[in-house]
Amino acid sequence: MNGEPGLTYVYAVAAGAPRLDESLTGLRGVGDAPVTLLDPGRSGSPAPVFVVSRVPAGEWREEALRSRFEDLGWLEDTARAHHDVIQALTEHTTVLPLRLATLYQDDDRARAALRGQQAAFSARLALLARHAEYGVKVYIAAEAATADDIPAEARAQPTAPAVDGIRAEAPAQPTASAVDDPHGEGRAHSTAPTDAPSPGRAYLRARRAQHHAREDRYLQARQAADRIAAIAAPLATHTVRHPAQTGPLTRGENGENVLNEAYLVPDEKAEAFRMALDEAGQGLPGIRIEVTGPWAPYSFAMSSAPAADTADRPDSRS
Amino acid sequence: MTDPLAHRIAPMPSRATPASYPPSSSGSLADILERVLDKGIVIAGDIRINLLDIELLTIKLRILIASVDKAKEMGIDWWEHDPSLSSRHSGDPLAEENRRLRAEVEALRRERLDAAPQSPAEGDAERHEGIRSGDATREGRAS
Repeated sequence: MNGEPGLTYVYAVAAGAPRLDESLTGLRGVGDAPVTLLDPGRSGSPAPVFVVSRVPAGEWREEALRSRFEDLGWLEDTARAHHDVIQALTEHTTVLPLRLATLYQDDDRARAALRGQQAAFSARLALLARHAEYGVKVYIAAEAATADDIPAEARAQPTAPAVDGIRAEAPAQPTASAVDDPHGEGRAHSTAPTDAPSPGRAYLRARRAQHHAREDRYLQARQAADRIAAIAAPLATHTVRHPAQTGPLTRGENGENVLNEAYLVPDEKAEAFRMALDEAGQGLPGIRIEVTGPWAPYSFAMSSAPAADTADRPDSRS
Repeated sequence: MTDPLAHRIAPMPSRATPASYPPSSSGSLADILERVLDKGIVIAGDIRINLLDIELLTIKLRILIASVDKAKEMGIDWWEHDPSLSSRHSGDPLAEENRRLRAEVEALRRERLDAAPQSPAEGDAERHEGIRSGDATREGRAS
């Protein structure tokens, strides 16, 4: 079975539970490898175990990983496989998720690491028992007017009531219109009124309106954050603020992410927590609150003070 | 007026109603990557991925976003002050502007795609050293 050179891939630390190994039957991890338990070697005790699978050394050695981590397709498959194993475990026991791609030369070395930190793992697992993590994100709703829409709107309203407002920003206006007129007459004589704002001014006006709408949405986002802190956060045991999600992966109809938090919530308060979040979003049409979970306690797995971790660390993250 | 279909089509989900809670196993890639790469417990394995590598990736993406925003502002600026854009074209200057912006965005996007694969660029090199491997480097010469 282990004929080819392999490495031991560790997904998580799990609290020992009766028949936990049976619950893993059929579960496949990264690279479609079967998932098994690795116990510390003392039978009978409810000690924490590693959840592992055997992966081919050729694909998981340092040099191979360097290039594969830049392949988003591979990274996605691997990340989802890693996550799916952890998520499946949460239905049977308490887990400490390990960060992606923690690898040991063999089971013996993994077992040594497990034994070495057994006490810390046990303590942390006890704190996380019967809790789940929920992600809470606040989005500024995507703007109705995209870059394509602005010109269309501007052309649809050819009157110039807001010229005064524009002037301050466009000192070059006289020359611009002087240049504009001769050509404008020749081209759009029959349709456009001569005092119509240039497309530029109309564009700027539309931009300004957009800007105000945007400010309003930010105001709503702040209100939402206040409400979440007031009515949802008290139901949680711990809170961590993560950096807002940006970048191509998060682009989409969701709008702009302005708040990204994780809450550790006792199972018996989960329903109340979700209801509180629904309430927090009410009457704020410019924003959207997204709740994800239940997650394994990824954001709370480290044994250092969880509330102060991750986001508020004052060290260099520049 | 009373289109029977209207009653059968599910209404748009209103923001006031509870959002659906997607099971996290089918969570968004961004959410999953955020957790499996950046959260979770870190144990000194014989091989493990250093957090810094991932942060580097994220920072690259953030830089891109900032550049595009800036390009848009610059675009508006050119357009206000360049008479050729506001009058000379027989076509719609806004369409022209739009084309220029799109070209710029596309160029930036390509720049990033080109830059991404060649990993060990100067600044990246030392961070990639963060991927540690093997007993030899870790323990063999510990003392």
